[in-house]
Amino acid sequence: MDLPDLGPLWLTIRLAAVTTLVLLIIGTPLAWWLAHTRARLRPVVEAVTALPLVLPPTVLGFYLLVLLSPDSLLGGLWLSATGTTLTFSFTGLIIASTLYSLPFMVQPLQAAFESVGRAPLEAAASLRAGPLDAFFTVASPMALRGYLTATVLTFAHTIGEFGVVLMVGGNIPGRTKVVSIQIYEQVETINYDNAHALAAILLVFSFTVLVSVYTFNRRFPVHPG
Amino acid sequence: MTALSVDIRVRYRDFALDVAHDFKPDGITALFGPSGCGKSTFLRVVAGFERGAAGHVAFGDEVWMGARAFLPPHRRAVGYVFQDARLFPHLTVRGNLDYADRRAGPGRARYSLDDVVGGLDLAPLLDRRPVHLSGGERQRVAIGRTLLARPRLLLMDEPLAALDTRRKSGIMPYIARLPQAFGLPVIYVTHALEEVTQLCDRIVALSAGRIVAAGGVAETLERLDLGDIQGRFEAGVMLEGRIIATDPDWHLSQVDLGGAILEVPQILREIGAQVRLRVRARDVSLARTRPEGLSIRNMLDARVLALHPEAGSAFAEVLLDIGGQHLRARITRAAAQQLGLAQGQAVVALIKSVAFDRQALPRPLPPKPAP
Repeated sequence: MDLPDLGPLWLTIRLAAVTTLVLLIIGTPLAWWLAHTRARLRPVVEAVTALPLVLPPTVLGFYLLVLLSPDSLLGGLWLSATGTTLTFSFTGLIIASTLYSLPFMVQPLQAAFESVGRAPLEAAASLRAGPLDAFFTVASPMALRGYLTATVLTFAHTIGEFGVVLMVGGNIPGRTKVVSIQIYEQVETINYDNAHALAAILLVFSFTVLVSVYTFNRRFPVHPG
Repeated sequence: MTALSVDIRVRYRDFALDVAHDFKPDGITALFGPSGCGKSTFLRVVAGFERGAAGHVAFGDEVWMGARAFLPPHRRAVGYVFQDARLFPHLTVRGNLDYADRRAGPGRARYSLDDVVGGLDLAPLLDRRPVHLSGGERQRVAIGRTLLARPRLLLMDEPLAALDTRRKSGIMPYIARLPQAFGLPVIYVTHALEEVTQLCDRIVALSAGRIVAAGGVAETLERLDLGDIQGRFEAGVMLEGRIIATDPDWHLSQVDLGGAILEVPQILREIGAQVRLRVRARDVSLARTRPEGLSIRNMLDARVLALHPEAGSAFAEVLLDIGGQHLRARITRAAAQQLGLAQGQAVVALIKSVAFDRQALPRPLPPKPAP
């Protein structure tokens, strides 16, 4: 039996890692705002954040394709600035994955920040910690479990995405061909051995990651509040 | 001189707070009143946690809140001890103390981390996590942590409310000497009169969002015109005295009130120690002449200063002079009538020794931290 091409697997892991990093940076302030705001806009923002959970990936993928295409404002600006298109590129995939996995980052973080609550932040302020200081030294450590859950879910969910990637990225080896698409391709070409091998790798990987997270959570319980 | 000057208004849907007061720069001032009267909201406005307030808050010549100014909480030289301690669960006791010490404002030289650890007996707790502390230990750590931020004003929001009586009396001595030991004024929110009389020098009584009385503890508590402020059951006076004798066989102490002598359950303090005793009005009975054959140990010669029958009720409040200090008695209107009580009249005030709540008696102060 020939070993399947592992390139798409590395590409997938790279995509998931970059997406998770981007979402940690974007998702933290968004989740913080959602957890603490009293603005009337909040339910609207919450709904938008949750949309990728319920929309068919093809719908999201279609809009992204329209948004990122060189004919659109964003895609056109990108093309004139970098000389490359956003569609059918790795950068385009990152943008797509970021939107697609947004709820998996924001929702656990929001829940974690809500359970930390305002009380410890007031305590920190009374000890002369400014808001940023209090965020990094009190809120974040107390929300550690939320961060762990959000990171793992985002990473795993990005690895498993298929529809959006296919719509936005296509199937270009080395650039946009991720492992889920590779598996689909192997099945289409009745190459079941390779499909089995790749599917097994994904299954074992996902299972191992989840088990380690649950073990970690059990062993290092954080007591907020 | 004024430490804290406050003139604020807060309006919520079914709650209003309208308070103006200048707090003195030393000692412990009780902010006293029933639940929901606005005590905690007041503290939160002073600390800067409540954005919806209007008015003026100034500390010394620093404006914390004004028409256009709002100093955020972390920039105010104010320490806050919360009812629920709010220790950081992810840090040890030492970590919690360090957190405040590292961020301390100017005045770090006033006292060191070791002074605070020693003064509050925190050394055995340093490596523990907050979850493994008792309620009383948690509050002691919270007080220490607050002190280490080197505030110039300490706000305490019912710090003993969540504790049982035994733990309360364990912490009270520590709180009592905070102003002297660490050189800062304390505003102490409570609805427990026992804490007011044991800890505080002054009282600001709040009712339904307004100040109804302010002044020294003793003279405010003996006012008969304040109606329900203290609560009918708990209303009474504070007496100050000196222990002159202790009888270990009978477990009794004698306290000299400056003329009159009271016999109370033994107070574990040295002869000569100054103590404060709270006497509830309902624990004081009156007689025209000195009765005989009674179990009541305390019979004090008294003179009626004021008589205050409460219309529409069975009761009358009587203010008595017992050789300089004052006592309140709560008796029935019928009894007052039958005894023919009148202002200036000499009577005998009777107080059972057991009326002095054992737990409310002062405990010895722990040694002060090295200067």
